[in-house]
Amino acid sequence: MAAALKDATAIVGIGQTPFARQLPDSEKTLACRAVLAALDDAGIAPSEVDALASYTMEETDEVELAKAIGAGDITHFSRVGFGGGGSCATLAHLAMAITTGQARVGVAWRSRKRGSGPRPWRGSVQLPTPAQWTRPYGLLRPVDEIAMLARRYLHRYGGTREHLCNVALACRRHANRNPAAVMYHRPLTREAYLAARWISEPLCLYDNCLETDGALACVLVSAERARDCRHTPVHLHSAAQALPAQHHGMVNYWNDDPLTGPSWTAARQLWKTADFGPADVDVAQIYDAFTPLIPLSLEGYGFCARGEGAAFTEDRALELGGRLPVNTSGGGLSEAYVHGFNLINEGVRQLRGTSTAQVPGARTCLVTAGEGVPTSAVLLRS
Amino acid sequence: MPSIMRGTTDNGLLPPVTDQDGAPFWDYAARGELRIQTCAGCRTPRFPPRPCCPYCQSFAHRWQKVSGRGHIWSFVIAHPPLLEGYAQLAPYNVALIELLDAPGIRLVGNVLAAPDAPPGSLDPARLAIGAAVRVTFTRVSARLALPQWLLGTS
Repeated sequence: MAAALKDATAIVGIGQTPFARQLPDSEKTLACRAVLAALDDAGIAPSEVDALASYTMEETDEVELAKAIGAGDITHFSRVGFGGGGSCATLAHLAMAITTGQARVGVAWRSRKRGSGPRPWRGSVQLPTPAQWTRPYGLLRPVDEIAMLARRYLHRYGGTREHLCNVALACRRHANRNPAAVMYHRPLTREAYLAARWISEPLCLYDNCLETDGALACVLVSAERARDCRHTPVHLHSAAQALPAQHHGMVNYWNDDPLTGPSWTAARQLWKTADFGPADVDVAQIYDAFTPLIPLSLEGYGFCARGEGAAFTEDRALELGGRLPVNTSGGGLSEAYVHGFNLINEGVRQLRGTSTAQVPGARTCLVTAGEGVPTSAVLLRS
Repeated sequence: MPSIMRGTTDNGLLPPVTDQDGAPFWDYAARGELRIQTCAGCRTPRFPPRPCCPYCQSFAHRWQKVSGRGHIWSFVIAHPPLLEGYAQLAPYNVALIELLDAPGIRLVGNVLAAPDAPPGSLDPARLAIGAAVRVTFTRVSARLALPQWLLGTS
């Protein structure tokens, strides 16, 4: 049973809207555009869609989406919580539905006007836990919560801002090759990074992801059905969700080792069911709401040992031609921040051979969801 | 009047929005006591407070008084954009304080230049991971005091 998901389903269609700080369409319209584009890419009619999966934070619900695009009878629909931690889990849920016979054509999507809409942390609604322990003291934003872990990480393992800069530069250089990226025309230099204004020390402006309007979607079917689709199937080789024991979300401050995030748990599940290991991954799309999440995730997913994530970024290791090209469309830092869904679509493009920063002959890709929150990840294989 | 006192009423600083599990922490803090929820069965302290012990599953607990001494586990210096009340105090530090007598329990707070001084009052150059701190209570109203932190042990 453990291997039941392995390569049993494949992504056969991807779609997206333009990305910008501000788009005129509503979130619902953007969602419909992305989903229809993905179905068109797959060559599958909307009336064949019978499974839907998205994030709990998605504002366009299943009823609205299904009736707008002309979906058929929906027999599986699910939502995954914890913001950007849910991206890859949407694929996992669709794969489970398809492999167990609950559905045949699954669509996952995320539409968000984070660029022109309000910043979530400005909201006055507070959940008592953990907000009562943090917000009165001015620890208000996700960047503050991660900066606390980042300072400890750099202190503990000898990392510097130069390492975080390596992450920002890798994403930006990839975005500079990608016409769809918000930062396509905007090069970034090390000097500009080091001179940028602080947001939450030790993190500066360029350690933060973009604020983007946009939507993305992808279509998942059985591997058997995928053989008849127009594109090279991108198989879902392995999938994992992860809520570690005694984990506390972004403010993971109250266990033995706050720097061991959910990626470690996701990785154990992911590699346990995979036919290959970290050394066999050709390219990775790693959730990058903030630069420190990359070294933390590199360690969690086993690309290097504990404490070596910062040093791993040296010598342009994360860039095209490097040891492990990461976020080859620009990622959340420089392509678009749509809760990590753009990382999924870029993973598909890499295994189709159509990325604007193509890793030659890429056959395997890791895609991760948000580290620092209950998370998820998938291994894709062509 | 310290600015944080004016702030919570006039300047938009956020009071703790508590729940049944967390309320005793704040009730004790209002009396100038730092107490941590501790299992009455296996005696393991836990934070944030929750209904039962994750180690022995007992629902019985007490609120154990702690010394109020600790060290800085990490800290940030927050800069705008921030909520208006906090932007006026920026740049200010927010630190994570590991308690000396309850290792692994870490409280978020501001390290202040002096008792009742506002967040942002301390020169950030004086902050370092590992620095010793002690608790102080900044009174906000008759029913609310925030545990805050001062550098040093005495």
